[in-house]
Amino acid sequence: MNFEEHAGKRVLAQAGVPIPRGRLATSPDEAAEIAAEIGPVVVKAQVPTGKRGKAGGIKLAATPDEARAAAEAILGMDIGGHRVERLLIEEKADIAREFYAAVLDDTRNRAPLVMFSTEGGMDIEEVAAERPEDLRKAEIDIRKGFDLVAAREMLSGLDVPDAVPQFLKSLYEVWRTRDAELVEINPLAELADGRVVALDCKFVLDDSAAFRQSDIAGWGAAETMTELESRGRDLGLKYIELGGAVGVLANGAGLTMTTMDAITHFGGRPANFLEIGGEAYTKATDALRLVLSNPEVKSLIINFCGAFARTDVMAEGVVRAWMDLRPNLPAFFSIHGTNEDEAIRLVRDRLGFEPYDRMEDAVRAAVEAAR
Amino acid sequence: MILHNTDRVLVQGITGKQGTFWTEQMQAYGTNVVGGVNPKKAGETHCGVPVYATAKEAAGFDVSVMFIPPGAALAAAEDAIEAGAKMVVILTEHIPSHDVMRIHAAAKERGTRIVGPNTAGLVTPGECFVGIMPAFNDRVFKPGSVGVVSRSGSLGTLICLNLVGAGFGESAFIGIGGDPMIGTTTKDALEAFENDPNTEAVVLVGEIGGGMEEEAAQFAATMTKPVVSFIAGAAAPVGKKMGHAGAIVMGNQGSYASKRGALEQAGVTVVDTPSLIPDALKRAMGSGRVIH
Repeated sequence: MNFEEHAGKRVLAQAGVPIPRGRLATSPDEAAEIAAEIGPVVVKAQVPTGKRGKAGGIKLAATPDEARAAAEAILGMDIGGHRVERLLIEEKADIAREFYAAVLDDTRNRAPLVMFSTEGGMDIEEVAAERPEDLRKAEIDIRKGFDLVAAREMLSGLDVPDAVPQFLKSLYEVWRTRDAELVEINPLAELADGRVVALDCKFVLDDSAAFRQSDIAGWGAAETMTELESRGRDLGLKYIELGGAVGVLANGAGLTMTTMDAITHFGGRPANFLEIGGEAYTKATDALRLVLSNPEVKSLIINFCGAFARTDVMAEGVVRAWMDLRPNLPAFFSIHGTNEDEAIRLVRDRLGFEPYDRMEDAVRAAVEAAR
Repeated sequence: MILHNTDRVLVQGITGKQGTFWTEQMQAYGTNVVGGVNPKKAGETHCGVPVYATAKEAAGFDVSVMFIPPGAALAAAEDAIEAGAKMVVILTEHIPSHDVMRIHAAAKERGTRIVGPNTAGLVTPGECFVGIMPAFNDRVFKPGSVGVVSRSGSLGTLICLNLVGAGFGESAFIGIGGDPMIGTTTKDALEAFENDPNTEAVVLVGEIGGGMEEEAAQFAATMTKPVVSFIAGAAAPVGKKMGHAGAIVMGNQGSYASKRGALEQAGVTVVDTPSLIPDALKRAMGSGRVIH
């Protein structure tokens, strides 16, 4: 779950990590009011994506009138598919030097990684590729944590302000106590008055840990979803609209992706990703209703390969939805695995469809029927 | 990581609905289940085996398989690791990532093999299995000489179905799990199959996301046994999680093209759809293979 900058900074501030003074505004007047309180400000679009500056979503404003004008220009902008509805109005920092700092899940080493660079404000992938010596990395034992000694060690030989080791330690604590997947500060700034503050913040909460971060979980940016996608989410189903005409219902992420691949391979386009694997295998009725709610769907491929997911339970769910809706479109089945005989019998007897023995044959038929 | 019926298996969460159902399946198939864990039912007998309060109390086991919800998975895994498990098979999906890292750190220290999280388990056809795979379905699993490694349980099942339908059997199925941070990797499984006397060829079932297939490709290039592969996710859009937390393409990293390219460069035959695997396997096994 991605947090917008202001929400990420709120998490930082709670933990005592220094951030610039600022507040959220949703209108030009509010932006002007805040600027009147603070003085010269930066007006920053709040969207859960990078490259806001390049898109024109960040502007300096020396006076309240300038802040109002900047807000007028930025509100309503589209940045990376997100409409700007909120602005962070923040004191303009008098920057002496810029750095980069981050703590993240290093999936390759299955351990936390702390990163620091004296090249702030740059694309860190570029720094890593072009000047790897400018990027310091420390792999952490999550059970031991990250202390000042470790922070000083990873910074050794670099010319950085005295406050940086403590900043890194605090940043690690935010990552750890808040179940973050990533907390990235770019730039981390040394100000003319000597303070070290987080000028930007990218914070990603681990979705699987949201249950134990309930006080901040609601601060995450809403995902941009279609109406059907949010209906899927409300039903506890992972549904992604893909724009094609062949509706997909399968169990398990791997099998569902493979079904989409096969549709593409035979010259069709999948209408959706939707899997009812794991505990969700009992939700076939809701799932099928969702697939059929998409008016673009011209044919249906139902592909079950059950292990944990019992194919008879899934087939029963499909039969129920089909009997309710009686959709006027062709469906093609491939059913294998746990309790397949019962599942095939259900589909044959109740719906009159004969499941295919090979998944590819069912998919090919579905692609042809959608033409 | 190839399971045998001499391995003594402990089932953590044995008394739950799924724990019970799958323990019965495992026992019927030949898995040597020696006990279960549930602190609330310690001292009882369930599925014909003793229930212990902790894995440490159970002792005397080699492999633990966890039917445990996400919030309790860390404590259960730590218990099994500290009890001296050689291997812990974690079926649970959606374990918080910090907990997963702690599990891996503890396992590393004790030299415990972790399989998963989010794996469907391990099958040695005709002998035993742990997890939630339909080992008992003889259209899917039959003793044979093809080693199968898969991130996905459902897709792994489909691939095995294709193999058995074409007259092959499996030496073992190794489900490694769909999570981004798993203990046993594709490369680890390739190594196990390369060293396994019962395996003559390997089917590598991959998925978009992460860098595991690329890493496995480097090892595949050095193998004496032929490898055939299918990678799921060619048609998946960039930047969207495809059900498995691990299946997401960021930029070019984790992409289908990157994985397929790396594997093909290593001499692995990569097929477009699962049903093409048996023929590719016949060709690869028939022609022998250049030994690097």
